[in-house]
Amino acid sequence: MAALVELRDVVKHFPVTRSLSELVRGAHPAVRALDGVTFDVGDGDAVAIVGESGCGKTTLGRLMLKLVEPTGGAISFAGAPMAEITGEKLRAFRRQAQLVFQNPFDALNPRFTIYRAVVEPLINAGIDKAEHADRVASAFRRVHLADFDRYYDRYPHQLSGGQLQRVVMARALVLGPRFLVADEPVSMLDVSVRAGILALLREVRETMGLTAVYISHDLALVRYLCERTLVMYLGRVVEDAPTEEIVRRPRHPYTQALVAAVPVPDPDQSRAPLPIKGNVPDAREPPSGCSFRDRCPHAMPRCATETPALKPVAGGHQVACHLDTPTSP
Amino acid sequence: MILEVDKLQIHYSTRSGVARAVDGASFVVPEGRIVGLVGESGCGKTTAVRAIMGVLAENGRQAGGRVVFKGQTMDEATTRRLRWRDIAYVPQSAMSSLDPVYTVGSQLVEVLTKRGTHSRASARARSAELFDLVGLSERRLADYPHQFSGGMRQRAAIAMALALEPSLLLADEPVTALDVIVQRQILDVLRSLQQRLHLSMVLVTHDISVVAYLCDEVVVMYAGQVVESGPVREVLARPRHPYTMGLRNAFPDLLSDALELVPIAGSPPDLSEPLSGCRFVPRCPFAQPACSIDSVVTGSDGHRSACRRDAEADTIRTAALDPRTWQRSSSFAMS
Ligand SMILES: Nc1ncnc2c1ncn2[C@@H]1O[C@H](COP(=O)(O)OP(=O)(O)OP(=O)(O)O)[C@@H](O)[C@H]1O
Ligand SMILES: Nc1ncnc2c1ncn2[C@@H]1O[C@H](COP(=O)(O)OP(=O)(O)O)[C@@H](O)[C@H]1O
Ligand code: SF4
Ligand code: SF4
Ligand SMILES: [Mg+2]
Ligand SMILES: [Mg+2]
Repeated sequence: MAALVELRDVVKHFPVTRSLSELVRGAHPAVRALDGVTFDVGDGDAVAIVGESGCGKTTLGRLMLKLVEPTGGAISFAGAPMAEITGEKLRAFRRQAQLVFQNPFDALNPRFTIYRAVVEPLINAGIDKAEHADRVASAFRRVHLADFDRYYDRYPHQLSGGQLQRVVMARALVLGPRFLVADEPVSMLDVSVRAGILALLREVRETMGLTAVYISHDLALVRYLCERTLVMYLGRVVEDAPTEEIVRRPRHPYTQALVAAVPVPDPDQSRAPLPIKGNVPDAREPPSGCSFRDRCPHAMPRCATETPALKPVAGGHQVACHLDTPTSP
Repeated sequence: MILEVDKLQIHYSTRSGVARAVDGASFVVPEGRIVGLVGESGCGKTTAVRAIMGVLAENGRQAGGRVVFKGQTMDEATTRRLRWRDIAYVPQSAMSSLDPVYTVGSQLVEVLTKRGTHSRASARARSAELFDLVGLSERRLADYPHQFSGGMRQRAAIAMALALEPSLLLADEPVTALDVIVQRQILDVLRSLQQRLHLSMVLVTHDISVVAYLCDEVVVMYAGQVVESGPVREVLARPRHPYTMGLRNAFPDLLSDALELVPIAGSPPDLSEPLSGCRFVPRCPFAQPACSIDSVVTGSDGHRSACRRDAEADTIRTAALDPRTWQRSSSFAMS
């Protein structure tokens, strides 16, 4: 299937406050939130992006929604370069591409009623007022908020987390988007509620034919939603494969650590100790070569000098590690 | 027992009446052990730990029961004396409670000098130690909260609670919004603290996997009450209460072959309504008329369950494994 979103060598740097020594040296440090990311999201696909905090997942999601501009590289949506999506085209894009926030408790303005929260995107998009009530009602129906008009006059604090997340989704769906970026959509929710929201996410994707990118740190959850998973480390994609491959046969040493770290609800399934130590290094000063090398149990001299490129290792499975590629070209 | 919570009742007065957020909850924390407090949101976990810490919301009050810490029944004065020094607390929203206008380091120094007896110089040294303990680079002390990712903010919040080396740590969802590697590292830090300092802990979480990984004992709460408690292995391998079984089913499992999560239909009851009998009745696939009359706690030392059909726990457990069981109407009862 054709790609809906294409990213080519996308780079995003954020300037950071300079330390005294950096001032003296005249250095201009930057956080390399994304450092050359290339992938496609096929039309109608559900793709997960997983990785540790700070690896650039949210930044990537925001770039795909044109909420921030890349420092380098190119992104296109439905064949059109994002850089050229401006003016009227941008308004159309805003209707088609929606974000579901990380935390439903922060996503809604506490002073606005639930109705106002959901109708707002319609107002912003300049949709005829006569259509508002029907559209809002159908969005509430989609997210299975029964007796939805009962919620209209309430304020966010009067709803449970699960209800709030449904409202947040109704808000994202009210314009009938074709592309959804969900940033940790259920991480703040309860288990039982979460199971319901996950089922709902699957359902709306299928019934509305949505293309979706789910950002999460939780491989266990992603398994229930996405056929394909991209693993990110320090602003780069290190592995890209079908989710079951990632979970059952992770190839990149970082992915192996991610899988090992996932706790399971069975105390008799002992979890292996973490195969890696330390933390994600300061994104201002990533190690040379492979940025994972200071934590990698398999690091070799070559890893310090050569940045491994993301290369196919098997059908639909790409890995960026020197272990998984021929030693000499 | 470092901590005994006995028939604790916490009431919130609200415009719509009294909400019995904790309604007769009893559990114990053995010295040097980690107890997981699990349950859906709104079932009273946060209220219970805030009550123990003595930091209830303005409209909350202890309406009954006792909290006994190291043999001493807690009242307002003892709570105030022990707070932060002997009992520390990582609030649920700790991550977002950092002040945006001060560096994280200066906030940590503030905690150490205000709550503890540190001089500013020793507080700075201790801050570096604490940062190291939770896996943050010392250099990051000079950063402002907005320069931290979510995970880093949570680590800083945990560092603050550990500042005065308490003997009992109450941690409310301390790893909930964190990615798995950081989560594992923090859980490993907590475990090493437990072992090194003989720290006792109450870990509030809705994540059964976290309980399975870290905790020795588990206390399952539902609607302000404890419905099941016991050693983690026992309770998770052979849950006796249908609510625990339901929670287990709703939970994603990286290693399972089932690609379907089974929600427990419905939601916990409104705690400002008068409730009698087993509070799980409206959602329980195994409910019988008698369940609404009263609730019974069965089991002794170790594994306890508040299901009146406890004698049938083994058959119920088998039936609970079938997703269809949870789709049937709530009045479904096994013959
Ligand atoms: N506005 C900003 N200014 C400076 N640095 C930023 C900014 N936004 C993000 N960063 C930095 O960019 C990197 C990537 O951040 P991002 O929020 O994309 O990570 P993430 O993978 O979504 O993390 P999390 O799992 O914690 O949500 C981090 O080092 C972060 O500190
Ligand atoms: N300050 C408050 N005023 C009134 N009700 C409250 C207050 N804090 C909590 N509650 C209510 O008490 C119950 C238990 O809440 P809480 O202890 O936060 O549960 P949990 O931590 O298990 O999610 C819920 O019904 C909640 O809405
Ligand atoms: S390239 Fe080298 S350092 Fe990087 S993951 Fe592979 S073996 Fe480890
Ligand atoms: S069987 Fe009855 S007592 Fe047991 S959990 Fe269900 S409703 Fe409660
Ligand atoms: Mg993020
Ligand atoms: Mg809570």
